[in-house]
Amino acid sequence: MKALSPIAAVLAVLAVVPLIVHSNVILNFLVVALMIALAGQGWNILGGYGGQYSFGHAAFFGTGAYVTAILQMRYGVNAWLGFAAGIASGAALGGAIGALTFRSGLRGSYFALVTLAFAEVLRIVASVAPITGAGVGTLITLDISARAFQFQSRAVFYWVILALVGVSLVVTRLIERSRFGAWLMAVRENEDAAAALGVDVSRVKSAAMVISGAMTAASGCFYAQYFLFVDSGIAYGTWISIEALLTPIIGGVGTLFGPLLGALVVRSLGELAKLVAGDAPGLDLIIYGAVLVAVIWFSPRGLIGGAVQAHKRLLRRLSPGTSCAGEIGRG
Amino acid sequence: MLSPVILVPAILNGLLTGAIYALVALGLTLIYGVLHIINFAHGALLSAALFAAFFAYRVLGLDPYVAVFLNAPLFFALGYALQRFIIGPASRGDDRNMLLVTLGIAVVIENALLYAFHADTRTINVGYAFETINFGIAFLAVPRVVGFIAVFLVAFALWLIMTFTDTGRAIRAVAREKLGAQLAGIDVAHIYAITFGIGTACVAVAACLLIPTYYVNPHVGNAFVLVAFTIVVLGGMGSVPGAVIGAFLIGIVESLSGLFLGESLGQIGIFVIFIVVLLVRPSGLFGERA
Repeated sequence: MKALSPIAAVLAVLAVVPLIVHSNVILNFLVVALMIALAGQGWNILGGYGGQYSFGHAAFFGTGAYVTAILQMRYGVNAWLGFAAGIASGAALGGAIGALTFRSGLRGSYFALVTLAFAEVLRIVASVAPITGAGVGTLITLDISARAFQFQSRAVFYWVILALVGVSLVVTRLIERSRFGAWLMAVRENEDAAAALGVDVSRVKSAAMVISGAMTAASGCFYAQYFLFVDSGIAYGTWISIEALLTPIIGGVGTLFGPLLGALVVRSLGELAKLVAGDAPGLDLIIYGAVLVAVIWFSPRGLIGGAVQAHKRLLRRLSPGTSCAGEIGRG
Repeated sequence: MLSPVILVPAILNGLLTGAIYALVALGLTLIYGVLHIINFAHGALLSAALFAAFFAYRVLGLDPYVAVFLNAPLFFALGYALQRFIIGPASRGDDRNMLLVTLGIAVVIENALLYAFHADTRTINVGYAFETINFGIAFLAVPRVVGFIAVFLVAFALWLIMTFTDTGRAIRAVAREKLGAQLAGIDVAHIYAITFGIGTACVAVAACLLIPTYYVNPHVGNAFVLVAFTIVVLGGMGSVPGAVIGAFLIGIVESLSGLFLGESLGQIGIFVIFIVVLLVRPSGLFGERA
């Protein structure tokens, strides 16, 4: 239980925000930031803990969004069931891509390329296939009721996405503390050594991809319910692939709260850019790209990793006696 | 349907398209062969090079075939600087970081183009764009034939550089054994940057050959680069002959599937190849390992 107390504290603080802040602009900002944090947590499971850098997490986001929207609008499925089906299809897609790529031993550059290609193939298919509404996209009919997963108040949407983020945090912490998590991190550190020690590498990576796909798909499902519209450029666009990997990298790759912190920072930067230079197309992404390069350059472990390091350095400076031992121990 | 009157021109046109693909893919596979990373900024650099060729014509009045002698050195310098002063220092030799940095650069370039020039599609009008040569069996567009010949000249020049110059030997040494090359006194950071510069210059040449018959917008490079990715996966990552043969194969496949299935599905045919190659032989036709 102790392992979960920081999560409970963070969630409790975030949960009271709508009670204090009533501005729709701020709530909207936070809802989108939390949605991105959820997508980023999905990326973090596979990329941060497993070391498999995906450049195409849009594949999962878009599949979640489309499955939710299409099931509701074309097959009359209940919105909550559609949401669950969206998450399940993200998991299934993760399993499929994982089986395909890890079985053939693709890693590093190749893996990034393959994930990017899958997202791009799905985008092209979605932009011509009739079932997705092709170029027009799919619109979810406005029906404000709990049954249809649509709410008048932004605060309710806020709590829904916060709850989803909470679940993702708990799942991540449980993975961190589990044997599976240890295998996953072993694969990240040295795949061949992990295999030599008896870890079933491709199976561990595939399992991580299933969880990762489900989380990012959940973010896509939420997108569809919140904005009530999906098209191929939104669902499978590069923007979400970039944001899903940018948030954990900025916040702290392979850390529990990295994606959440990163999402708040990334989104704030985007809004700030719009305030300063006006709402021009491409501007926010210029900044995201530059921030990505800058973070890798100056703080490759992200904000949390950088803070932890700075803290350690400070402690060492305060107690010179132990610093030597620390250095030697580190070797 | 299978009449040679239709089939032969389609195959020849596929070969001409394949030549341009080969040039883009050559840059990609060269960088992979030496730095062992996929340059995700390749597509954005191609878009930038197309804009450079476009403005060279519009502002300076330079014919694309003249502009190539200005743009290629310019983009060589750009590529050199990117690797030497940004990608290298930022990633500190870590492969994952290198991937992310090239991705970050791609996002910056592509969106800077979008910000500066908006999403409009532009074209230039050169007099010879619609001229054709009658080869007896097929009429072929002049600019595409010029492109085809130019690609072979570039490939030949690259081969000369790689085989007979000290820099070329150093590049091959670094590709083979980085540490050994370093011990032999080769400046690896410099060679990395040279390689990246050559790869980027290839893209600039491809852009000048494309612009007479093609269009430019901030996202145009992506379409080419996804094809180029498929080509290098098909030919074997890092393999130069693989890239050239792969490019011609893909050019023909695109042309034929466009003929039989329609334009929008022509692209899907390429991705089917991509996925099948990954499933059956991820090391490609000429690659050693994935």
